Amino acid sequence: MGRQRVAKRPRSRNRAQTLIGYLFSSGYGVLLLVFGVLPMAYALYLSLTKAGQFVGLDNFVKILGDFRFFPAVQHVAIFVAIWVVSLIVLVVVLALIVHAVRVRWLSSTTRFLFYIPGAFAGSAGVMLWLFLLDPSVSPVSVVLGQFGFTSFIQTVAQPNLPVIFTVIAFWTGAGGWIIIMFGALNNISQEIMEAARIDGAGPIKTAWYIQIPLLRKWIAYMAVISLAFGSQLFVEPKILSLASRGVVPKDYSLNQLAYLIAFGPQGDFNGSAAISILLLVVAMALAAFFVFKGGLFERD
Amino acid sequence: MSATESSKAARLGADPTGFAPGRWVGRVLAGAVIVFFTLFFVFPLVWLLLAPTKSTTQLNGLDGEHPLSFGSFDQLAENWNALVGFQDGIIWTWLGNSVLYSGAALVLTLIVTIPAGYALAMTSFRLRRPLLVATLMVMLIPNTALVLPIFLELSVVRLIGSPLAVILPFSFFPFGVYLAYIYFSTSVSRDLLDAARIDGAGEFKVFWRIAMPLATPVIALVGFFNFVTNWNNYFLPFVMEPGSRKMPVQVGLAELISNVPLFNPTTVSSITISLPQLALATLIAVAPVLVIFLFSQRFLVSGLLAGATKE
Repeated sequence: MGRQRVAKRPRSRNRAQTLIGYLFSSGYGVLLLVFGVLPMAYALYLSLTKAGQFVGLDNFVKILGDFRFFPAVQHVAIFVAIWVVSLIVLVVVLALIVHAVRVRWLSSTTRFLFYIPGAFAGSAGVMLWLFLLDPSVSPVSVVLGQFGFTSFIQTVAQPNLPVIFTVIAFWTGAGGWIIIMFGALNNISQEIMEAARIDGAGPIKTAWYIQIPLLRKWIAYMAVISLAFGSQLFVEPKILSLASRGVVPKDYSLNQLAYLIAFGPQGDFNGSAAISILLLVVAMALAAFFVFKGGLFERD
Repeated sequence: MSATESSKAARLGADPTGFAPGRWVGRVLAGAVIVFFTLFFVFPLVWLLLAPTKSTTQLNGLDGEHPLSFGSFDQLAENWNALVGFQDGIIWTWLGNSVLYSGAALVLTLIVTIPAGYALAMTSFRLRRPLLVATLMVMLIPNTALVLPIFLELSVVRLIGSPLAVILPFSFFPFGVYLAYIYFSTSVSRDLLDAARIDGAGEFKVFWRIAMPLATPVIALVGFFNFVTNWNNYFLPFVMEPGSRKMPVQVGLAELISNVPLFNPTTVSSITISLPQLALATLIAVAPVLVIFLFSQRFLVSGLLAGATKE
């Protein structure tokens, strides 16, 4: 009888664990369905229909023909290009320098100071930059003057916007990435660094031939995430548009355009869904590339 | 140059404390870069902290005020009173909304996320792997990408304008599930759980008595990240909660702009917001998050690293 129980127990224990597995993940599973899968499916359905009728790619054709669509694509593309490149270069350089600082408190304080503006992610950060970009109140109006900007409207003129958004995004977001790169640099074994030093490599050669190649994975991670986030540009142009009375157009970015098409006079949810689907395809492609090809998150 | 001299020079060059000119140029350059970027990150913050202590003319620097000067406490009180008096203290309503949305989402997130991470890490069931892959995918999709689709979905069930339209999407936090999953699978040993099972503990007891106490760090981490992300979220509540009495403070802040004469000279309302008051509102809007950043930085840093660099 005793033997029987011993033999039976692992199976019932496994069953209990399977049950717990389903039970514990069910709440999250429901949220994943309702706020992950279902909205995507519904947006896809809307983008392919009009008043409940299947219309094929009509909504997409209409969106692509919208005179505001390609300018928005262009705006976002230019911003993303400038942002991702400058983010990669500056984050890697700053992380390398901070990592080379031998004085511990100095290094940790610097990282902390770089990181605090992260608290201003969202509308508050843009608000702060409104002040800084307006020559009449800006503490750095001298710097703005150097570029020939004497009024807020001049500062936020369209050609300057990609750089302005890059500066704002860098101000709030770079600190977090610098900390991540710093952590990755710490993971490089001391022996490799020592070997490079004994071979006579200076800091620049060590960085170029040893550290940066070993950071490649994290640089790729940063690039993918920032590409995906950059394509979603919304709050920065939205607030600058409010503050500049339309000098920054209301339909500057793709997300703004998708919002306008749904909430504006058109009230066209199908067209809006079509833009959302296009943006989602980009984001999903980047994510899938990373999950399946990058291998960064493979654990089992 | 003799052989000894050149070898001495080489040694000096390799010595980090040496006085080789090349090395020094590099160091000065690196130092200059760090100083420049530290100023870039910190100067706007310091300026913003000082701005609410000034009057509009002081802020404009018209009377020769230095940008980093301190105004006065009286002026700060005056700005404060004007701001909280604006539209019968609507800023409190906004802050209250933010607390409600982010707070309720925080509770719900923890209830849902921590057990899910445990299930993914410690148990095996058929849907485990699909769930894990889906989590990684959605985690890498920016949450803004789903805002309009979720809006379209929720407007079918007529939830727009209800607090739930913000709280429920806020509670869907794949990054937190990922963090919990990583934590349980690396820091909690299965043997320990098995030992408890042999001692006769049921599965619930194993989770509640053994795994949960060990999971305190990751609970706090998930909670912090969820709260900070949600508090600062603009796009989702902007779309879901039309009407100024339902806005969280991040959305309300942007709303204030239309009452600033400088940005909007056509403003018809007689009660306007001055720039120092707007600066104060900006500070108030991020105050809770800023406090978390200041007092738990080490913690957040470890979380950033766990989220990004775990292999």
